[in-house]
Amino acid sequence: MILLISSVSIGVLLRNHDGLKRPLKKIAANKSAMLSMIILLFFLAVGLLDSIHFRAEGQRSSGVISVLDYCAKPLWQHTEKTYSAPFSAYLYSKEYITQDGGDKVWAFPRLQFGGSHLTNPESEKTSDLLSLLMTGLSKGLMLCMAGVGLRGLFVGKKSEQSARRYCPGFVCITISILIVGVAGLMELSMYYHIFGTDKVGEDVFYQTIKSIRTGLVIGSLTTFIMLPLAVIFGILAGFYRGWVDDLIQYIYTTLNSIPSVLLIAASILMVQVYMANHPESFTNLESRADLRLLFLCLILGVTSWTGLCRMLRAETLKLREMGYVQAAKVLGVKPFGILLQHILPNVMHIILIAVVLDFSALVLAEAVLSYINIGVDPSTYSWGNMINGARLEMAREPVVWWPLIAAFVFMFILVLTANLFADAVRDAFDPRRSQYGQ
Amino acid sequence: MIQYIFRRLMYTLPLLLGVNILTFFLFFVVNTPNDMARMQLGQKHVTEQAVNKWKVEHGYDLPLFLNTERRSFKQITETVFYQKSIKLFAFEFGVSDSGRDIGADIKQRMWPSLAIALPSLLLGLLVNIFAALMMVLFRHSYLEFWGVVACVVIMSISALFYIIGGQFLFSKLLKLVPISGFGYGIDTLKFLILPIVISVVSGLGSGGRWYRALFIEEVEKDYVVTARAKGLSETQTLFRHVLGNAMIPILTGVVVVLPLLFMGSLIMESFFSIPGLGSYTIDAINRQDFAIVRSMVFLGSVLYVIGLLLTDICYTLVDPRVKLL
Repeated sequence: MILLISSVSIGVLLRNHDGLKRPLKKIAANKSAMLSMIILLFFLAVGLLDSIHFRAEGQRSSGVISVLDYCAKPLWQHTEKTYSAPFSAYLYSKEYITQDGGDKVWAFPRLQFGGSHLTNPESEKTSDLLSLLMTGLSKGLMLCMAGVGLRGLFVGKKSEQSARRYCPGFVCITISILIVGVAGLMELSMYYHIFGTDKVGEDVFYQTIKSIRTGLVIGSLTTFIMLPLAVIFGILAGFYRGWVDDLIQYIYTTLNSIPSVLLIAASILMVQVYMANHPESFTNLESRADLRLLFLCLILGVTSWTGLCRMLRAETLKLREMGYVQAAKVLGVKPFGILLQHILPNVMHIILIAVVLDFSALVLAEAVLSYINIGVDPSTYSWGNMINGARLEMAREPVVWWPLIAAFVFMFILVLTANLFADAVRDAFDPRRSQYGQ
Repeated sequence: MIQYIFRRLMYTLPLLLGVNILTFFLFFVVNTPNDMARMQLGQKHVTEQAVNKWKVEHGYDLPLFLNTERRSFKQITETVFYQKSIKLFAFEFGVSDSGRDIGADIKQRMWPSLAIALPSLLLGLLVNIFAALMMVLFRHSYLEFWGVVACVVIMSISALFYIIGGQFLFSKLLKLVPISGFGYGIDTLKFLILPIVISVVSGLGSGGRWYRALFIEEVEKDYVVTARAKGLSETQTLFRHVLGNAMIPILTGVVVVLPLLFMGSLIMESFFSIPGLGSYTIDAINRQDFAIVRSMVFLGSVLYVIGLLLTDICYTLVDPRVKLL
């Protein structure tokens, strides 16, 4: 829900920016930026699906599931006993299995769900995997065809040219590849555990997908807590100077001088104490985890607004001496009006750049904080928690590598695309850079 | 100069007081000592006496701000705020909740932290600058392009993966170095080499990009064009002029973090079980030892403020145009 609101407000923000067509076009012309944007949007879509909750009877203890849960029902219903490797049909550890004749054998038992439709996994698995993959891929391909057809219908012949300009070939190709790939994975995940299962037998692929939402929530919610603080304080300090400036500078230098990890740790400790002493308000695990996530975002926001605030203050100091601001002052525009109409639009590019740059840093920070046990609640699905668990798993023999790899792949893709997109945005919006036409 | 330093020191006082009040607020007002005592003693079946006993043992039994039972001066000194927060200014950290002397612990654990943080910083700096210079030297070529791509890729991988991957590869599979631990004397090197290499590699992405941007900006300036026009070769201009002038922002960036090196790196130390201040802090967080966390917060901010001061002084030393007023 929070994500929905945030994305809508991002949309509004971008709509206000319509006047700045040039930087937007520049982003559109940048291939890697467009590619990463598509992938980011895809992540966002998954996160959104996961955020829309509804009540379903008899599904889970709390009875609340998200749309994503509904779509991926087999993923969380197919739980095994303990670890199992990706695409494996057998369990990770040996057990005594009672055979038909009644005698017990010390062997790897078959999984309850992963590849359970096969009678003889050794010989059939490869061909079965391939055929499943093919069906999935062809389904996806069909979907793409339908999409292309629909587009042709709607766009018509006349506007084909303009459509090509806004949606060039490679964008279509990326979207198609994405859809085909996802369809293939979905088909496979119905019958196998793509990334294996974890210690309690939960599908790792499902955990990884669920973690997307946590990462996005932390990235976006923190930004929305940080933004008003940074913008209001930064502009006020730069515009009014005097004691306002001194006070605000004092506040952010103080906050800045505390190592942020320690401040976060201290605050999270306090939340834990608070929760431990008020058990009556936190009856179920989920509200506890939610509160902790919310509070983590709050604290991250409080610790991270200082950098942007300082930049905004410096920029406002420069802007207030500009001719048009002085003119507005002379013409009798109220200070508030000047701030809103003349200063704020002119620092917008700094805000935008800072927001996209911070996003990937926040996703990475979540993993680190969860590792030190001051991040999200251990019961929340998050990449940090998966990595944290993987630390012990790496010491096992044979090595349990799949949760780590799964978290790694998804996190890497998200952060890489976010970084690339941020670079493009910075190149496009930073006036200093665009001067040289680079 | 001395006058300036003195004035700056006076200026840091309200700053540290602010930090102090903030942490005090977090630790004592949001959650009262009673809450903490309950937390430490376990949730259930805690009697009033046990809570009071714990508070007396750890010195939390005084009133928060004003002790009305005492007279004159002691009204202020016999309070939790004075005992626990103001005394930090004299670096009297007191005892931790588990009864150890925090000051002694910090002194002892400072050195391992420094042993790992200082080489990683210096080595990282060298590698970053070298990589950035190479990229600038071969700018507008494939080398630069792929260098930047590599930087973005390195940047996008969480530091945790480098650590886990490095430990797995070098310690478990190749058995070149021990997985974790710390030794003294010649043994130290064996334990330190992997953490240092990992921290250099994981910092290469953002560091290399940052320095590259710095050099590129410098390369386009007029004096570089002049140097080239004089007939200096590209390497000469780069190493003599560009590097020299870019040294100012580099140096100031480094000086700020120098004092903080004592604090060590939280993740590195806990992964490699190095007995430094970083792992000390993590242990305190996990054991919910508030006294240690509070002391570390204060120590961290003191060091940061010192770093800022050093930076300003360094400015004048490197850049003759800057004068301290």
